[in-house]
Amino acid sequence: MNSSLPQTSIPRKSATLDLWIRAVGGRSLWLITALGFAFIYIPIFILVIYSFNLSRTSGLWTGFTTNWYTSLWQGATSQSPDISTTLIWDALRNSLIVGSISTFFATTLGTMLAIALERFKFRGKALLEALVFLPIIIPEITMGISLLVFFSLAFQLIQNLTGIRLVLGLPTVIIGHITFNISFVVVTVRARLGEIDPCLEEAALDLGANEWKTLQRIILPLIAPSIFSAGLLAFTLSLDDFVITFFTNGVGSTTLPVFVYGMIRLSITPAINAISTLMLIASLGLVISSLSLQQATNQK
Amino acid sequence: MTIATRRQATLGAVLIPATAWLVIFFIVPLLIVLTYSFLERGTYGGVTWKFTWENYQRLANPLFLGVMGRSIWLGIVTTVICLLVGYPMAYFIATAPPRWRNALLLLVIIPFWTNFLVRTYAWMIILRQQGLINVALQSTQIIDKPLELLFTPLAVIIGLVYGYLPFMILPLYSTIEKFNFSLVEAAQDLGANDLRSLIRVIIPLTMRGIIAGSLLVFIPSVGAFITPDILGGAKTLMIGNIIETQFLKTRHWPFGSALSMLLMAVVLIPVMIYFRTAEEARS
Repeated sequence: MNSSLPQTSIPRKSATLDLWIRAVGGRSLWLITALGFAFIYIPIFILVIYSFNLSRTSGLWTGFTTNWYTSLWQGATSQSPDISTTLIWDALRNSLIVGSISTFFATTLGTMLAIALERFKFRGKALLEALVFLPIIIPEITMGISLLVFFSLAFQLIQNLTGIRLVLGLPTVIIGHITFNISFVVVTVRARLGEIDPCLEEAALDLGANEWKTLQRIILPLIAPSIFSAGLLAFTLSLDDFVITFFTNGVGSTTLPVFVYGMIRLSITPAINAISTLMLIASLGLVISSLSLQQATNQK
Repeated sequence: MTIATRRQATLGAVLIPATAWLVIFFIVPLLIVLTYSFLERGTYGGVTWKFTWENYQRLANPLFLGVMGRSIWLGIVTTVICLLVGYPMAYFIATAPPRWRNALLLLVIIPFWTNFLVRTYAWMIILRQQGLINVALQSTQIIDKPLELLFTPLAVIIGLVYGYLPFMILPLYSTIEKFNFSLVEAAQDLGANDLRSLIRVIIPLTMRGIIAGSLLVFIPSVGAFITPDILGGAKTLMIGNIIETQFLKTRHWPFGSALSMLLMAVVLIPVMIYFRTAEEARS
């Protein structure tokens, strides 16, 4: 039975057909939803399970092992000659550096822009709103190659003018990440700002606080939780990003996703499953902490 | 300082840094790509500053038209499958008892927070020759030779649907959740059965969510790079792969730029139509 539709009596000649439609409809709704969730989660479970599989190449389950995990720590062994532990640690370190620096700047810049868009009127506002929206919708690859082209042209100019030769590296990756993250921060923070009654700020201004004081003492505390969740989203997106990083990184600035991509291109081994499983656990940890924090602030 | 000038100063302080950042690192790069798409290729990668239409003329080459057509086609198929799976799921979640709704919605969102590359790789281990499906089918003797599943259009479609299904479910959920179900009651009082109320009442009134979800799936699907790269192989190239090749391998930046502009057009035109019609609907 489809419990969601209001139950009405069906006093018509085709009543049997209508009841049949209702029964089939209700059941297929259940079935598609169940299959949909299975489709979403089964591959993830398989990935995790096969990180413990003894066989290096086969999809057959040949036995349980934690070798693939230890190989990530111990580095090149006979079982996984293609893994360099130093490279993994470097990639992880780079990911965390890029993630934290880009999150800090994107959150700061994005929050400021959200305040400007939500609390002020100025010329060209509609255009700016479109501009903020654009990085979210244009294909990642377009953004990646445009940054690559931009940096190489800028570096060429700098070299011609000053003789200093710059190359792609962590700073260019960080700039790319700040650029795509600003928009997500603006959207997140603006949604919360829109819910806050402007009367509170007007009251503060009437009582003699200036613009900065109002911002500091009224607006920022009220939107603090949304700034935090925007930051967390930015951090997650940064750790997750492959395409933008792929086009803006240089020698020695490989991040974890770019490193994993290299491993996948080389050969498929359960070691990739192991590192992927660890990345899954890390992102789940981030989601759960963000959600429990949200719940805590909501209950206050 | 008067209040008005102080307000102006505050506006400037919160507005200028981020706007300047987006102009320098987002708009300027796109304008450079646009410019490059009209320039000739340089000897060592890079460009020669001479105007030409050649890069756009080259897009008419059947090879590239084929890739473009395939990208749009795969984007459409992905969108349709996501809609067929996502609509019932969104409907189910939106009409579930309220205490279940958030939990179910969370189950949809969680994968979105996990690494896209890792999720795509998961399908590689399922679909490849010694992968789970082939091993299972062979050991039960349903087939004797492994099936070619990986590096096919099917694999790419599975990967794209897998990656972008949440983008379909979320906007659909929010429109269905706001839908006023007494309208269905009215339709049924007037003699419509469930199927008729679905087609004539529920679907038309949740069209905004359907269009928004379809755009959110279609856009990243057409411009996909990782999915066709990992699951498609050389036989199922999409426009994203060709752009990457032009920039990193053959180093024909002007042609790569022209391809990127074409991709932008394919993606932005439906978005602009959507906003136009949304504005008209509002006024």
